[in-house]
Amino acid sequence: MSTPVKTAPPTPAEASNRVQVSWTTRLLGRPEIGALVAAIVIFIFFLIVAPAFRTPASFFTVLYQASTIGIVAVAVGMLMIGGEFDLSAGVLVTSAGLLNGMLCYQLGLNLWVGVIISLAFCLGVGFTNGYLVMRTGIPSFLITLGTFFVLQGANLGVTKLVTGSVSSPNISQMDGYTTLNFIFAHEFKIGPVSLSITVIWWLLFVFLSAWILQRTKIGNWIFAVGGNAASARAVGVPVTRAKIGLFMTVSFLCWFTGMHYLYRFNTLQAGNGVGNEFLYIIAAVVGGTLLTGGYGNAWGVAIGAFIFGMTSLCIVYAGWDPNWFKAFLGVMLLLAVMVNLYVKRLSTLRKVG
Amino acid sequence: MTDTLQEHADPTLHKGEPLVEMIDVGKAYGAIRALKGINMVVNAGEVTCVLGDNGAGKSTLIKIISGLHPHNEGTVKVDGEEVHFSSPRDSLNHGIATVYQDLAVVSLMEVWRNFFLGSEMTGSKLPLSGMKINDMKRIADEELRKMGIVVKDIDQPIGTLSGGQRQCVAIARAVYFGARVLILDEPTAALGVKQSGVVLKYTAAARDAGLGVVFITHNPHHAFLVGNHFIILKLGQAVLDKKRSEVTLDELTRQMAGGDELTELAHELESGARG
Repeated sequence: MSTPVKTAPPTPAEASNRVQVSWTTRLLGRPEIGALVAAIVIFIFFLIVAPAFRTPASFFTVLYQASTIGIVAVAVGMLMIGGEFDLSAGVLVTSAGLLNGMLCYQLGLNLWVGVIISLAFCLGVGFTNGYLVMRTGIPSFLITLGTFFVLQGANLGVTKLVTGSVSSPNISQMDGYTTLNFIFAHEFKIGPVSLSITVIWWLLFVFLSAWILQRTKIGNWIFAVGGNAASARAVGVPVTRAKIGLFMTVSFLCWFTGMHYLYRFNTLQAGNGVGNEFLYIIAAVVGGTLLTGGYGNAWGVAIGAFIFGMTSLCIVYAGWDPNWFKAFLGVMLLLAVMVNLYVKRLSTLRKVG
Repeated sequence: MTDTLQEHADPTLHKGEPLVEMIDVGKAYGAIRALKGINMVVNAGEVTCVLGDNGAGKSTLIKIISGLHPHNEGTVKVDGEEVHFSSPRDSLNHGIATVYQDLAVVSLMEVWRNFFLGSEMTGSKLPLSGMKINDMKRIADEELRKMGIVVKDIDQPIGTLSGGQRQCVAIARAVYFGARVLILDEPTAALGVKQSGVVLKYTAAARDAGLGVVFITHNPHHAFLVGNHFIILKLGQAVLDKKRSEVTLDELTRQMAGGDELTELAHELESGARG
């Protein structure tokens, strides 16, 4: 049953009435098109109003800022295409770093040991999220809201208990620091500008996610479980495994970002990360991912994260009060949702030819 | 239109050979008994029609055969061997494919992705190896053309096809991937007359190619057009179980409409009208 039957040689084609769809229609049908247009408009806008943005150095700073959100957003986007939410992603980043830092400092372990233990912990959290969602049928919004509060409390509680303050100890003198600093937080000097290694990691993860979503069978399954889980199950897609895998992907990239913060700043504030879960979701939605699942792509999510990085810094470059940033983010989100709704209607009702 | 079937239908199928047998099968959900004492045989090259009103137990019956819910009474045999399905995958591996009325396809996904969903063609066994996208598009397009469905663009979301075409894509997909038993869950319920015709023709074609078909419907007219054997369910039990030669369309229609209850109702209404 699982092996396709051999096909006969292609039948001599009758006059093909395949319609050549115009490239404009194809382009408009892509999820990231709205975000791309928005990104270009915002980019030009800030080039005009913020002179400080016109240097290569600030462009690379924007890229760095985008990558800190963008890495987790890659996975959150995939999870949302798969029809689920993860609200615990923001604080899990901090948990990952704190666990590594405090564990190694208190027990005098090599930092590599902490990195591995932290990874196992994060994957465990992701698995628990996924397992509980699939097992109980409770919406992932609620399950991960629970995980969010548990982790937020534990971050502060455990850190206070272990260190007596709300920040983790400085780990920059410990064994393994140099290599780990290079992997997670190196800055490449290119002439006068510096490029953070996270930007390279980010692009790598975006490419990987784009490959998985568009060209592998796992990508096919992700779209299917998000678009119609019952239907996917009926044709033999392992829905539970696919969704648990998506939650674990999110927690893996949370771990990665947590490692970046730890090895960049050497110490972490236990209260960090709260609220970032929404930034990941906003990046995904602005990038054309449907909130209800089944539609979106990796490029859109990357553009969404870039818009975030650009606006958060350019408001400063333009000399405005940075407090307005959140208001701007809200407007972006509303516009994005409306564009998405319109696109979905186009793509489901569009009569080709 | 039947080329796909002729090419892909399992050549080892022999008309009249029993593929699936259900003996005294029952199913209870907690204290609620949804199905009791069902005997049914699905033969190769025959259409077995299961008729019944809403809540009669039709869906429970499908769920047992398609592996969504295991039965808890009686025996189910496939090719003479007793089975107890634990998942839809299990039942698919025995060559039983189910096409559901409302959840046959994922509407936002492209036609070719839907066609190959769950049985994608990949370059290698590695989980991240690329799919053979060009081959998949070509095959999906060819197979659909053979059925007389010409999609304008194989990349269009399947939600843009008509309901009848979506059903046909789902059936074609099942047959292409080697199904020997097809379960069709109310395939014509939401369709217009012309589209129902397309689906019924394809059902008959599947039958003639030697597949065993279970056709679930509440429309006796559609059932009688293609069926070889008819079972009418009421409150989880079979109230009629006859071969085509033993039954007339009138009898089926009468039974479906309520049978003896209907006669009673007629009397009541009649006396009410007089009084």
